[in-house]
Amino acid sequence: MATDTIKQHDAHAHDGHEHHDAGAMKVFGFWIYLMSDLVIFGTLFATFGVLSTATAGGPTSQEIFELPFVLVETFLLLISSFTFGLAVLAQNAGDRGAVLKWLAVTFLLGAGFVSMEIYEFHHLIAEGAGPDRSAFLSAFFTLVGTHGLHVTFGLIWIAIMFFQISKRGLDSVTKPRMLCLSLFWHFLDIVWICVFSFVYLLGAM
Amino acid sequence: MFGKLSLDSIPFHEPIIMVTAAAIGIIGALVVGLITYYRKWGYLWTEWVTSIDHKKIGVMYFLVALVMLIRGFADAIMMRTQQAIAAGGSEGFLPPHHYDQIFTAHGVIMIFFVAMPMVIGLMNLVVPLQIGARDVAFPFMNNLSFWLFAVGMILVNVSLVVGEFAKTGWLAYAPLSELQYSPDVGVDYWIWALQLSGIGTTLTGINFFVTILKMRTKGMTLFRMPIFTWTALCTNVLIILSFPILTVTVALLTLDRYLGMHFFTNDMGGSQMMYVNLIWAWGHPEVYILILPAFGVFSEVIATFTKKRLFGYKTMVWATAAITVLSFIVWLHHFFTMGAGANVNAFFGIMTMIIAIPTGVKIFNWLFTMYRGRIQFTTPVLWTIGFIITFTLGGMTGVMLAVPGANFVLHNSLFVIAHFHNVIIGGVVFGMMAGLTYWFPKAFGFTLSEKWGKRSFWCWLIGFYVAFMPLYALSFFGAMRRMQSYEQTEWQPLMIVAWVGAVIIAMGIACIVIQIVVSIRDREKNRDLTGDPWDGRTLEWAAASPPAKYNFAYLPSVESIDPFWEMKQQPGGFKRELATEFEDIHMPKNTAEGPILSLFALFFGFALIWHIWWLVGLGAIGMFVTFMFRIFNDDTDYHVSAAEVEQTEREYHKRLEMQA
Amino acid sequence: MDPTGEVGQGLKSLIITSFGLMLIVVIPVIVMTILFAWKYRGTNLAAKYTPNWEHSNIIEIFVWAIPCVIIFFLAILTWQTSHSYDPHKPIASEEETMTIDAISLDWKWLFVYPDEGIATINEVAIPVDTPVHFRVTSGTVMNSFMIPTLGSQIYAMAGMNNDVYLEGNEIGNFRGRSTHYSGEGFSEMLFDTHVTSDEDFRAWVNKVKQSPKSMRFPEDYNQIAKPSIANPVEYFSQVSPDFYGDLIKSYKAGHGGTDSHGEHNEARESSMPMSAQAAE
Repeated sequence: MATDTIKQHDAHAHDGHEHHDAGAMKVFGFWIYLMSDLVIFGTLFATFGVLSTATAGGPTSQEIFELPFVLVETFLLLISSFTFGLAVLAQNAGDRGAVLKWLAVTFLLGAGFVSMEIYEFHHLIAEGAGPDRSAFLSAFFTLVGTHGLHVTFGLIWIAIMFFQISKRGLDSVTKPRMLCLSLFWHFLDIVWICVFSFVYLLGAM
Repeated sequence: MFGKLSLDSIPFHEPIIMVTAAAIGIIGALVVGLITYYRKWGYLWTEWVTSIDHKKIGVMYFLVALVMLIRGFADAIMMRTQQAIAAGGSEGFLPPHHYDQIFTAHGVIMIFFVAMPMVIGLMNLVVPLQIGARDVAFPFMNNLSFWLFAVGMILVNVSLVVGEFAKTGWLAYAPLSELQYSPDVGVDYWIWALQLSGIGTTLTGINFFVTILKMRTKGMTLFRMPIFTWTALCTNVLIILSFPILTVTVALLTLDRYLGMHFFTNDMGGSQMMYVNLIWAWGHPEVYILILPAFGVFSEVIATFTKKRLFGYKTMVWATAAITVLSFIVWLHHFFTMGAGANVNAFFGIMTMIIAIPTGVKIFNWLFTMYRGRIQFTTPVLWTIGFIITFTLGGMTGVMLAVPGANFVLHNSLFVIAHFHNVIIGGVVFGMMAGLTYWFPKAFGFTLSEKWGKRSFWCWLIGFYVAFMPLYALSFFGAMRRMQSYEQTEWQPLMIVAWVGAVIIAMGIACIVIQIVVSIRDREKNRDLTGDPWDGRTLEWAAASPPAKYNFAYLPSVESIDPFWEMKQQPGGFKRELATEFEDIHMPKNTAEGPILSLFALFFGFALIWHIWWLVGLGAIGMFVTFMFRIFNDDTDYHVSAAEVEQTEREYHKRLEMQA
Repeated sequence: MDPTGEVGQGLKSLIITSFGLMLIVVIPVIVMTILFAWKYRGTNLAAKYTPNWEHSNIIEIFVWAIPCVIIFFLAILTWQTSHSYDPHKPIASEEETMTIDAISLDWKWLFVYPDEGIATINEVAIPVDTPVHFRVTSGTVMNSFMIPTLGSQIYAMAGMNNDVYLEGNEIGNFRGRSTHYSGEGFSEMLFDTHVTSDEDFRAWVNKVKQSPKSMRFPEDYNQIAKPSIANPVEYFSQVSPDFYGDLIKSYKAGHGGTDSHGEHNEARESSMPMSAQAAE
């Protein structure tokens, strides 16, 4: 039967145990956050789907997408996901130096991705195919730009993690954060694969 | 330097606004003066503003909600007064420019800044106690959620005096809300108020979802959770899945307005129909976000005060889950008249009706909980019985609206207004009032005045019927919603009756205020030291009232749905005994990072509304730096020492004994 | 409500039927609520008290079955009436269906009679017992076209061709309006609907044809599209051919009601699932 809060003596409850849970709870909470983020991307994909032919006389997807360029972007991001995986493996092995090394590599790859995207956007706007040209372009810039913004936040986060791990090492604070960041980074990778398939590949065909 | 903001932005020429602003200013100055006089700033800061205690955050949510209820109601009574006057060529006292802002503000405030904080406030206060936890999963985030919500609330109220609010209706349908048709800052206020408070709500959803799934005490399986916790869980699922849609929709409208994009514009390929679909894809789940916790409250109240187990607990849970799922596939019933084909309309109409099945089952379950019970007619029970009758009628008119054929003539008419007030007042407001009366002693250690509570109930109940039954009737003579004036003088008598109803509701609100004041005055008389004033059934009543900051000195363990009730049914009953040994308790620390970050968010939002770009930058950097502070802050938790726990518990027991 | 059109009358009886069906469950619920509350009041110690009773298969079956059965019948009714009262469905009649274009502007209604080549503002006339096909669009924000006594309403949206079939069966003058809030002048966005005999209708058309004013797209249209509140009734004796189509196309071309942006290229239309039909 249920017992009085005061009468109950569950001698070895709490503390150490609770502490241990905190990390796992953070990761679980982060999963839930990712689900809500997924709804954001889902809504943007739906919007893009609705507006993808609403070019209002402006350029169409066939005219503006350059697949080889986007393919390079894609590979940068895919490889960065792999290198982040290596960072997590290094963390599991407790090798701080290797974690930092792979974080740095991931950062560079991610920065390369974002730079290429900025170049692509700049190029499109300069050609008169900016987001205010048509509903199709609004949806395209917003979907791809939202992903790009996420990657940018990921980069800032990587920089912070790099700094924090080099300062305090791998402990109960940094380890769960690394796990969350890894989820985030892989999540962005998956979203990008959808962007690449549904926006670029389908659009260029 | 100040973007679009200048002295001309303040409507000096509008006497109503200026008088209101002056009144708010005087009351505000009075409050500030009193706090300063009694030197309570430090107390407010350390005990409330920076608090991560879920109970205090819950109280703050509810307090804000009650204040905003008065603001939202002021809008309501102005609308009813306007419509009682403006017949047959009379323009009334509110020109369209003002009237249109008022009905927009009324809807936004009542949904986002009254109903939502009441629901979230109750969740905060009750859920961790019901599941036998010491706090929520992410206490800092909880504080941040509250303050982000507060920022949205502040922005809406600033719009009263600085600039203006949206004149678009509460959902800001595009293209009316586009720059071309609404060039003023009103829609921007709407955007940023919703966006910032909406982010707070999403964070709350994640927080409580994780709390409920991960922090239940020993033995509390999912099917032993109290019904209120179940409804809270389903509500949080809805928040997590639907609020991001609102975030995106509002963001797309923002891009249209700020960067000249074409998501919802008339031309360049934009689609206004997409706006309507998106906003209701969030908007329909939203109404269940509000009503499910109210259902939870009624379930708790009815079981407690009939002294009987809730009839059909499992059915109740499955009905709640069914509503949760169905709420996502009915959104089109808000716009049958957009012109979709007959098959589509019929599908959504039937889906909507299907929701009536689990809802009907719930109502029967409450009835059969009363059946063969011993009903005590306390205020929460009155609210519950009032709810069952009123909500049943509201559900019926809802099903009528769900028949597409009927909807073609009822849509946009006062029938819709009467219907959703029927379910929101009869459901959400009654539920939250029941919850307030029911759990108030848990939060403060004394009960609310029954006398004033009952007066409030009767005013609300009668006021509701007097105010909204005429609107049902008027709709059959062609009266539409959002009319600033109308030509048919024959509508006027019923409009005046509706106005009388609003006045009766005003008395109901006054009774709530008096109830709280009187109860605080008589708090010693109404003191409840046992922590269990109603002979409750669930764990929150096993804690002290108000609970210690750590809620439970030892986490309880449970083996049934009504653990506390069954404990009391044991031979010899339940006795509070002081433990012999205590342990350190690990707790989160109060923090200023939430309120500070939100303050920067306020600058950020305000600056975006008025295009003050340097302040936008400052706000953004401020938020980022504060967040970094949080990340590099290791001093986030502490241990309440065993000695302190022992002292707290001993003091509590001493008071208990003295009372006995 | 006192409908004067076939659609309106049908919808009235539909509302009454669905209301009656639901009363089957609503009345017992209310009666039971009051009855239970009274009988099982705490002070009535004579009443049976079963504190641990929480489940009964028979009651559970009933509480699920009753709503299910009622919703089942309502669903059938809904399915049938959604089709029979589909606003897009032509009304069967011996008379030939007449077409009128209703265009919502800030804040007035422009009616175009494509067959007669005339146009009016804030007044529409239809011959009695003749089905009318209203093609509905907007030159501004979203509105909703409705003549309450005749029946169904339908949204008016820029760049979209929506439609509703209505028929007036009683001679008289009925108010029509926008029911969907559209801004400052919304409350006065009203128009008169004259349901007339055939002769009176011809006379009315001739009266309109006397007007010196014309309605050509886009020049005259751009003048009249400027916002005005409670615009008086106006007549136009000349209308450019396919005025309605030209207006809709102007949005498709990325050109819009305003004369600002874009080129006049042929645009591919965007279509939204589960919403109005796009143009054409």
